[in-house]
Amino acid sequence: MNKQTQDSPIVEVQKMSKNFGTTQVLKNVDLKVQPSEVMCLIGPSGSGKSTLLRCIAFLEQYSSGNIYIEGEMLGYNDDTDIRKLTSTNELNHVRRNMGMVFQQFNLWPHMTALGNVTEALVRVKKLSRREADEKGHAILKKVGLAERALHYPAQLSGGQQQRVAIARSLAMEPSVMLFDEPTSALDPELVGEVLQVMKDLAKDGMTMIVVTHEMGFAAQVADTVVFLDQGEILMKGSPKEIFQGEKPPRLEQFLKNYMDRNAFWE
Amino acid sequence: MLDFSTLLPALPVLWEGVQMTVLLSISALTLGLIIGTIMCTARLSNSTPLRILTKLYVSFFRGVPLLVQLMLSYYCLPLIGINTPALPTAIVCVGLCSSAYITEILRGGFQSLSPGQKESAIMVGLNRLQIVAFIELPQVIRLTIPALINEAIILVKASSLISVIGIVELTRVTQNLAASNFQPFEFYLTAALVYFILNSTISVLGLWVERRINSRSIV
Repeated sequence: MNKQTQDSPIVEVQKMSKNFGTTQVLKNVDLKVQPSEVMCLIGPSGSGKSTLLRCIAFLEQYSSGNIYIEGEMLGYNDDTDIRKLTSTNELNHVRRNMGMVFQQFNLWPHMTALGNVTEALVRVKKLSRREADEKGHAILKKVGLAERALHYPAQLSGGQQQRVAIARSLAMEPSVMLFDEPTSALDPELVGEVLQVMKDLAKDGMTMIVVTHEMGFAAQVADTVVFLDQGEILMKGSPKEIFQGEKPPRLEQFLKNYMDRNAFWE
Repeated sequence: MLDFSTLLPALPVLWEGVQMTVLLSISALTLGLIIGTIMCTARLSNSTPLRILTKLYVSFFRGVPLLVQLMLSYYCLPLIGINTPALPTAIVCVGLCSSAYITEILRGGFQSLSPGQKESAIMVGLNRLQIVAFIELPQVIRLTIPALINEAIILVKASSLISVIGIVELTRVTQNLAASNFQPFEFYLTAALVYFILNSTISVLGLWVERRINSRSIV
């Protein structure tokens, strides 16, 4: 896909719904993410924001509607009457330019930081070990971990582990990165270093979809903020519209709770 | 008093028995590991029939004594026209029995890995085979080595049971020698010592492997 103009979104979600058994966790979600856009998904826990992100990664199957990644249908063959899952190969093909960072880092504990970053370069991109190591070192340097390349995950702090996870994702040169509450498992002291790496990415023009509880990050970095409640998009807009403008009572309440929780001085 | 003077002339025969025990144990363990890995993959697959089949498999081979399995296959299968020569029968019986335990040992290993590791592997584009080979298996082996060593030792000892279908391994040789020399004490003590040495070798080997793997990474 090289016809990416402002009109062809990298990720497009159309009338997407998701059921777990009989409960509907996502209802008629519509989203468009343009190249270089940073979109933050906010909302109370259980609102479906993580599920939405996992559907966009097809780690969860969505029940109805469509998701397109760079114009290609994700997960299902849509040309037949009855919807069928695509083969794993086709799915991986559509997902090839998508990176994901998880709340629990999900590093592979038996490999060094460098090993985590280079594994897919060797196995998927078929680089030689030397080329992969070179690239791995460069990317680890970019996230500020040049000195930690040969450390195992257990020897790193949470913030460092998450930065390795970001580096692992970056190594595959994705055109869009998904972040699933990337700082929620971190000590408050370590949140800053991860957010800084994400801010740098955004500045470099990376397309990002970020599920987060960090309202500050959303306000400073996001182009679009999406507020989800009970599986529905209640409001979508610029940070200014979301945080300062007219808003539905549910969002008002959500932000008030957030402020109350984080206030420690009158 | 114990008299070990008859032991020396018996050594060549005894040695043959040891060789048979080692050959049988290695073949059966190899078979068990291969089938155990396949069964474990089937056990953890998404297909319900496969899962049920492997569950039945495991509960049969774990639930019926090896001795009875040996008798059934060596004495009863020929009655319905299936020819079962002693040595292959022994290897297959011990191997299948052991594979049932190995299936469960490996399953424990695979299930102790966080599902998130697999998801992050999927998201960088590794395929299913690569995920098993490079992400899961190295960790599963490390986690299960103590249990697998245990299983290998149990298997060596269980190999003594195949003497009942006429294979001349260490236990059978010892029985013969003890009876013909009227010296049970000397010969059974010797057999005990040989088994002990075999199994100690396995456990030392296992510790060495464990240390080697662990020195290369920290979990």
